[in-house]
Amino acid sequence: MGITEPVQELGWYALRFVDQLGKLAVFAGQIVRALASPPVRVRLFVQAVFDVGVLSLIIICVSGTAVGMVLSLQGYNTLVRFGAEQSLGAVVGLSLIRELGPVLTALLATGRAGSATAAEIGTMVATEQLDGLRMMAVDPIDLVVAPKALAMTFAMPLLSALFITFGLFGGYLVGVGLMGIDGGTYLSSLQSAVDFRDDVLGSLLKALVFGGLVGLIATFRGFTSAPTSAGVSAATTSTVVVASVSILLFDYVITALWGV
Amino acid sequence: MKTDPTPGAAGADVHVVLENVDMAFGEREVFRGLSCAFAARKVSVILGGSGSGKSTVLRLIGGLVRPQGGRIFVAGEDITRLSERQLYGVRKKLGMMFQGGALLDSLTIYENLAFPLREHTSLDERAIAAAVDRRLDAVGLTDVDGLLPNQLSGGMLRRAALARAIMLDPVILLCDEPFSGLDPVSVKRIESLLVQINQRLGITILLVSHHIASTMRMADRVVLLLPSGDQNRGTTAVTGSPAELRRSSDPRVVAFLTDECDDGDAAATTAGTAAGST
Repeated sequence: MGITEPVQELGWYALRFVDQLGKLAVFAGQIVRALASPPVRVRLFVQAVFDVGVLSLIIICVSGTAVGMVLSLQGYNTLVRFGAEQSLGAVVGLSLIRELGPVLTALLATGRAGSATAAEIGTMVATEQLDGLRMMAVDPIDLVVAPKALAMTFAMPLLSALFITFGLFGGYLVGVGLMGIDGGTYLSSLQSAVDFRDDVLGSLLKALVFGGLVGLIATFRGFTSAPTSAGVSAATTSTVVVASVSILLFDYVITALWGV
Repeated sequence: MKTDPTPGAAGADVHVVLENVDMAFGEREVFRGLSCAFAARKVSVILGGSGSGKSTVLRLIGGLVRPQGGRIFVAGEDITRLSERQLYGVRKKLGMMFQGGALLDSLTIYENLAFPLREHTSLDERAIAAAVDRRLDAVGLTDVDGLLPNQLSGGMLRRAALARAIMLDPVILLCDEPFSGLDPVSVKRIESLLVQINQRLGITILLVSHHIASTMRMADRVVLLLPSGDQNRGTTAVTGSPAELRRSSDPRVVAFLTDECDDGDAAATTAGTAAGST
């Protein structure tokens, strides 16, 4: 009895995980089908891009600048030990473009826009608004879910690019303004180290994958939440946790597979 | 797929038929082997104790939940065999007024009412505006077009929900607890609106309510969901006109009506025990 219980519990968790994964895959298929079939809901998509992207601008710009400044400070203190402080631009640039930009942007977007998306859809479930749509012969996946998921996928590379730009600016401020590195050296080091195809396009591709992931998880959690206030709360929390862990796991997988 | 509904309940006089329907949510059985029929162009009220599955009946008819067994016919079509996409065709014949309104909270009342027309018709904006005004007039709402649902009182919200439910001229109108939580004036107002809609537009109305006084005033038929007492049969539906129910000698019917009235509902329902209903 003492030994079988944990095994049973493990089995139950495994089954539940596979079940959820299957449902997530079906849900993703429904979103793709909704996007591929008419009507095209441009206005809702634009509104969703505004909610996900424009409303996240301040947090992305401030965070990007702060991360760039810290990176520059830490990088300078390390590089100066080896007399390689002239490479500060390359260190800051490659760190931000290849790794920190897409990952941190995705984590920030999950906390701000992903949780808001899950809460909004979850509230619509709890207040029977989605059932109301079904009864009006309108598919809630087509009207509510698909535009939000697509907007998250579309906005993430743009937000990531913005994060990186502000990060480079923050790095420049500290490196050049505070640590006294020559501005031209910082920029030329950055320019010579960064490859557009491998680094920049790879970074954008990573952000695109993260955007799709966050959009899918947030809408799925909201859509399948229990129709209670506790259900909405659980969906929001679960979105942040699951999406954050998934981003970090996928980051490794993408880097290992594609070298991005 | 067109199918012949329950024997004896088929034809143009019956719009909705439930045939031996089993329904459970996980481990919790709501009802087993439930059969009942709802007449066309009449007001039918579903009564029953808490947890008897009244609202679930409406959700089954709308295809929002699927039964574990049995068949459900809506306007002659067996909806238990339809996919979600096919169900949308049936739902265009239905209007549903939810207990909480279920209006889209990010849209104004005007946008909420215009929404089904924009989705399913090719009417231009002028025609949509005229249709919205007509429906708002019909439910006695004025100057609320630009308000959001959360800016309306409970009674006004129900009326706005009712207006949206009839925007596409449904054949069948489903109303889930339209009177709950409302003051007596609002209850009477909604009640008379529903009767008018039924009489003027010929819409079949299926209504779930705890409000026995209203039920007895407005219903053409009452479907009372009661535990059968037989473990193998689950819930049974006792059907009759309000007068027949009042005269019923079935102790479960008498107990239900009396208990509900003791709880503070209308005294009008306590009368008589005579000929039974089915």
